[in-house]
Amino acid sequence: MSAQVKLSVNGSLVEVPAGASVAAAIAQLTTQFRRSVSGTHRAPLCGMGVCFECRVQVDGVAHVRACMTPVSEGMQVITDA
Amino acid sequence: MPDRYDVLVVGAGPAGLAAAQTAAAHGARVGLLDAQPRPGGQVWRHDVRHQAPRAAREAIAKLQGVDVLASHSVVAVESSALRVETAEGGRLISYGSLILATGARELLLPFPGWTLPGITGAGGLQALTKQGWPVAGKRVVIAGSGPLLLAAADTLRKHGAQVLGIYEQAPAASVHAFARQLRHWPARALQAIGLRVRLAGVPYRFGSFVRRAQGSDSVQRVDIDTPTGTQTVECDLLAVGYGLVPNTELAQLLGCAMDYLGPHPHVGVDRLLRTSMGGVYAAGEAGGIGGLAVARLEGAMAAHIATGHSVAAHALAPQRDRERRFGALLARHFALDPRLHALGDDSTMVCRCEDVTLGDLNGFTDARAAKLATRCGMGACQGRICGTALAELGRFPRSGARPPIFPARLATLAGLTTLPSDDAYRGS
Repeated sequence: MSAQVKLSVNGSLVEVPAGASVAAAIAQLTTQFRRSVSGTHRAPLCGMGVCFECRVQVDGVAHVRACMTPVSEGMQVITDA
Repeated sequence: MPDRYDVLVVGAGPAGLAAAQTAAAHGARVGLLDAQPRPGGQVWRHDVRHQAPRAAREAIAKLQGVDVLASHSVVAVESSALRVETAEGGRLISYGSLILATGARELLLPFPGWTLPGITGAGGLQALTKQGWPVAGKRVVIAGSGPLLLAAADTLRKHGAQVLGIYEQAPAASVHAFARQLRHWPARALQAIGLRVRLAGVPYRFGSFVRRAQGSDSVQRVDIDTPTGTQTVECDLLAVGYGLVPNTELAQLLGCAMDYLGPHPHVGVDRLLRTSMGGVYAAGEAGGIGGLAVARLEGAMAAHIATGHSVAAHALAPQRDRERRFGALLARHFALDPRLHALGDDSTMVCRCEDVTLGDLNGFTDARAAKLATRCGMGACQGRICGTALAELGRFPRSGARPPIFPARLATLAGLTTLPSDDAYRGS
């Protein structure tokens, strides 16, 4: 078992193993990552950086693919759901 | 980090790893680019809880002398150079030879309810799980087609998921005929037997596919068509993937000629993996779905050729040809049931980026006209999901690649030295 990393998702503290993705950290709290242009909730589909359904705000940067981004200590993640 | 490599490899999966290692062993200065943060690609993706297979660990450990350029997304091409984006900004990396090992993605087809959270690709859920997605205790339905479904189920079970069933669209007769052929491929037969033993107790149904999914905030129920009628299964997660399609966007941008087997393009190569563009080679899934063994052999072959060692490349060709035959066997026995083309109705979303339904596209016969009228394919995924699905459904082929091939920051694009003219890409 690897070390744990603590980060914030929508203001809540989340703890996941080092090397986990931001997507995995968000999924501890919610299955809703973003809202589509017509307002429906969306979550990761492809898991490999192709579909962009998992995009969220990470440390102030918008449209970051959560599935491709490893967590880091103290990271601030905000979903649009 | 230098900005010029003798051999630049795009994609750090099995093909790219073999290519980089082989080229470095010939003394070339090698760069290995990947959009993901760690090497391994999809099949050898790092698992936060379990050790990678030995072959993967060895391939990654043998990268001495290779610059591993992780989290580097290629967004555009210039003269013998690629414009890439990293978290730190844009870079231009030039090359003597370029090896495309861009791999494949899953074929995902629209069905009623498929945009609900909790519904992913089959390989998609496997990838998410390896990176810590919480699946322990979750009830999971796995559906779609091909041996990847079994591999996904195995990973999910290792991470504590309760796999309710694996639903393969190919009919039982076809899957059994495939299994009988495995006697000619002993290593694969052993692998298949190992998977079946580990998945003992998990129902594996044939001639079955997901008809629709329902739920409020996320998926809760799935209707599955089986040869004996429709079953409704309550679940927490649905993983459904209909096989793989090659990633060809970068090759198309470079001007490489495409070949088609069915509706999806793959990079056209000769027996020694040379594309139609001088100094550009394609190895592994980019040149047609062939699997792990093909990828490793072709990665090495492409690097031999790119560094002028054609005898070594020729020596691997017969083994590669044999492994490519396995890919053809898979394609034949797991061919998609035409009923899968009619799962969606007029109200089913097809372009998930711009929320365009199948009904919105009635009457359109080409991607460009559909795009102009409905925005279909104009979102962040650039038609990778909907364009591929629409091609599979027989609506119209996906339009050609245009730069940037992934959404990029303005600062990255501002660094482009050659601005592409719109005319150069019109109609392609």
